Amino acid sequence: MLEETPSQTAGPYVHIGLMPGVIGIPFEPGRTWHRLAREGARGERIRIEGVVYDGTGTPVRDAVLELWQPDAAGLFPGRDPGADPAFAGFGRAAADFESGLFVFETVKPGRVRMADGRLQAPHCSLLVFARGINIHLHTRIYFDDEAAANAEDPVLALVEQESRRRTLLARRGLRDGAVVYRFDVYLQGPNETVFFDA
Amino acid sequence: MEYRLEAIRPRDRARHPPACFPDYKTSVYRSPRLPLVSLTATKSELTGPVFGHDAIRPTDNDLLVNGRVDGDPIGPRIVLFGFVLDQDARPVPNVLVEIWQANAAGRYRHVNDSYLAPLDPNFWGVGRTLTGADGSYRFRTVRPGPYPWRNRVNDWRPSHIHVSLWGAGLVQRLITQVYFEGDPLLPYCPIYNSIPDPKARARLVAKLDMEQSQPHDTLAWRIDFVLRGPRQTFFENRPEGA
Ligand SMILES: [Fe+3]
Repeated sequence: MLEETPSQTAGPYVHIGLMPGVIGIPFEPGRTWHRLAREGARGERIRIEGVVYDGTGTPVRDAVLELWQPDAAGLFPGRDPGADPAFAGFGRAAADFESGLFVFETVKPGRVRMADGRLQAPHCSLLVFARGINIHLHTRIYFDDEAAANAEDPVLALVEQESRRRTLLARRGLRDGAVVYRFDVYLQGPNETVFFDA
Repeated sequence: MEYRLEAIRPRDRARHPPACFPDYKTSVYRSPRLPLVSLTATKSELTGPVFGHDAIRPTDNDLLVNGRVDGDPIGPRIVLFGFVLDQDARPVPNVLVEIWQANAAGRYRHVNDSYLAPLDPNFWGVGRTLTGADGSYRFRTVRPGPYPWRNRVNDWRPSHIHVSLWGAGLVQRLITQVYFEGDPLLPYCPIYNSIPDPKARARLVAKLDMEQSQPHDTLAWRIDFVLRGPRQTFFENRPEGA
């Protein structure tokens, strides 16, 4: 058996490789990595936004995040027959160099069954890359308006402390008639986000 | 050939740098303090984006050409090539391999890079490709220069190329850096040294391959990558009662 290649930090210049457009390199003109849902995608359109904070409470302004989720029916693009062709399932967002805010435009994901038949609550997988992060961090975004589904979610149940489960809940709000979920990531501190080893 | 993940071996975290490595100062306040929560991978982690060849243009893996304005980039011309395998030594096809790097003077084309070395008007430092059915990938580029960085007072990065790999699912996700055999800066680099096992570290060092070098054109450097898993699922694959 071979050993996995070791990880190294993505460093401060990660944008060049993953999102060259945000720093003005015309490598992939017209590419909008943060938009997962094209015109006509099924389901509820939502925006997920937030800030990654370091242990001093400072926004991580050089973070790049990746989002992976099923479509509104709980089907994964590229894997499940019938998955919404107008939905990519995958997106990338760069923290704003001034504010640290990252934004994804997507649809509310559907529920997915575990191999043993239990239903998971709607969620997105989120990966965090930045200078100083030696191996990417993996968390999940759940939704605070899905209390019943969240209460029976087998993965949330793995988090022993009730208070820590709340770090995985995006807060629903409305802005100019659009649904906006707020999801901040805390790398350290009293509100440290739950990160997974999958 | 389709390559799918139905289950995955646990990640051996001892192979990887610890989240907090004090010689790399930024990692001290950007590392979680609480243990990771272990999760048996579900479909959310065993799947991932599928990138098609239509998303890749022919010059995307040729950094000697893709940022060209009015001439060739300055610096030693090289080929970086190799294979992406899984832990069972099977080739992983259709892996999105993305690279980024400094130019030959050690300067990145990035708003946040303030090193006084010059930009190269003909070099962007970004490339991408998809692995073939045999797991192979190949880039043409220039060898990046070393550069100083703000950590301890006199820290310099060895020549390196950043590499991002998106395999068959989220659990195979990997970002790393590739170094060059014989670089005298390697032993001084806290990022390279953040990998605890020297043998694991050495796996990130590309080897000169004279066979693949093109006379009067490019030197070739080889590096292979190993992604996680999969775990054998001979029995698990069968529906109950089958
Ligand atoms: Fe670098």
